[in-house]
Amino acid sequence: MTDIWSIQAHELTKKFGAFTAVDRISFKVKQGEIFGFLGANGAGKTTAIRILCGLLTPSSGNATVAGFDVYRERDKIKASIGYMSQKFSLYPNLTARENMTFYAGVYGMKRKEIKDKVNSLMEHLGVTEYGDTEVKDLPLGWKQKIAFSTAIIHEPKIVFLDEPTGGVDPIARRQFWEMIYEAANRGITVFVTTHYMDEAEYCDRVSIMVDGAIVVIDQPSALKEKFSVDSMDSVFIQLARGSQRRE
Amino acid sequence: MENNIRIDGITKKYPKTEVTALKDFSLEINHGELFGVIGPDGAGKSTLFRILTTLILPDTGEATVAGFDIRKDFWSIRRIAGYMPGKFSLYQDLTVDENLRFFATVFKTTVEENYHLIRDIYVQLEPFKARRAGKLSGGMKQKLALCCALIHQPRVLFLDEPTTGVDPVSRKEFWEMLVKLKEKGITILVSTPYMDEAARCDRIALMQRGQILDIDTFEGILRKNTRPTMAIKAGNMYKLLLDLRKYPETEKCYSFGEYHHLILDGNPDPEMLMAYLTASGHEEIGWKMVESGIEDVFMDLMEKAS
Repeated sequence: MTDIWSIQAHELTKKFGAFTAVDRISFKVKQGEIFGFLGANGAGKTTAIRILCGLLTPSSGNATVAGFDVYRERDKIKASIGYMSQKFSLYPNLTARENMTFYAGVYGMKRKEIKDKVNSLMEHLGVTEYGDTEVKDLPLGWKQKIAFSTAIIHEPKIVFLDEPTGGVDPIARRQFWEMIYEAANRGITVFVTTHYMDEAEYCDRVSIMVDGAIVVIDQPSALKEKFSVDSMDSVFIQLARGSQRRE
Repeated sequence: MENNIRIDGITKKYPKTEVTALKDFSLEINHGELFGVIGPDGAGKSTLFRILTTLILPDTGEATVAGFDIRKDFWSIRRIAGYMPGKFSLYQDLTVDENLRFFATVFKTTVEENYHLIRDIYVQLEPFKARRAGKLSGGMKQKLALCCALIHQPRVLFLDEPTTGVDPVSRKEFWEMLVKLKEKGITILVSTPYMDEAARCDRIALMQRGQILDIDTFEGILRKNTRPTMAIKAGNMYKLLLDLRKYPETEKCYSFGEYHHLILDGNPDPEMLMAYLTASGHEEIGWKMVESGIEDVFMDLMEKAS
């Protein structure tokens, strides 16, 4: 079986003046894989994600996302991905239905197609009763589930999730991860960051960044074995404590 | 001087959204205690903090902080309380050093006078003291906010979700700092959505939708609420989850790190379960009995309450 690579990065680097935010990172992510992109605050995760989403040009190195080049085909990348973060994803003064319809339109879906898709998503999520409530008045757990559905409304090849579950209750957090599993099962590649180390265990593979570089990349079980510890939390703490760039 | 907090029957409703943030809420926090309020977004944690720091008034009910009444003595409470709000609220355009001096001046003191309180934290900030607060990373902002909340030597410290969005290493360091502050006799009320942090507190209250689900020590809460739980893993974890939920004896099943946690209606019969899973096509199956963790217990209590 030949793997189809959703993301391939080779020696990808981003410098801001004298500061190297991302330092020659190389990795590959398979189609349909759940890939955990871990690192301490300030390790360079956000900069790397911005490059992979086509928002920032790298200083050197190469990468393709969904087969498109991060230097020359940034618009094609943007059309092939979905993105959600904890901070901003939905318009607070629009309802769930309006948010979904708006984003589907931005991604160029046809009007008829949008209506059907939004209806089926609302039903699937069980949010039909909240359909006409402005999302700012919804509980955080619901917001995040709606934001995720919105991020994959156009069936992207890859979805980037930047700390999607921060502050969400344990039940909603698990429901959220089941949505991730479901999407991955359909073949959508999931690229996710989190500070919850139990969630790192849900990933097929994870990488850990320290001071701009990827220091390990493997399956969670293999990492625990390698570091002779019983949790990803211990792996993370061992690695991140060695950081020189602790700010 | 008793630095305790007493909350008696507080209710707070927000008229615009008709949300009842706190419902007949009572709680007592002892002098010098490190007390954790654990609950998800929307539990009412921030409303509780705003009432105790005299920023808003409850609809009904009473509360005192270090003996001072939140209605009559609000001015005294503001002098003896340190408050770190959930949202970063320092002056983004002032430097680290300027923010600290500003807060000291407002409370008619100096950084030098109370430096001993913040020294351990401030040494980590010192390399960035000329940097504007808005340009700091998440972990550093959090440390600066704590310094600013401490600089007038408060008797009671209110920390509203100080570790949300902060990486595991910085979170660990932050809790080590809180334990040291507690040893100085400061009463600390801290809220967090991270259940694992509850273990660091003397006592905790589990909160949901404005009400307390349980109050006890961390160990006490676990002991009272533990249930026979099986931890199971297999090659395909998502299919395993779906199949375990279909198993007739299953009361509930959810993912839990490397394993799924399974609670059965009756006593677990592992042999029968393994036969079922093998017949469903699962490979590399592993299982063990585990103690309920704080998240198991919290989810259990949440479900019972709703």
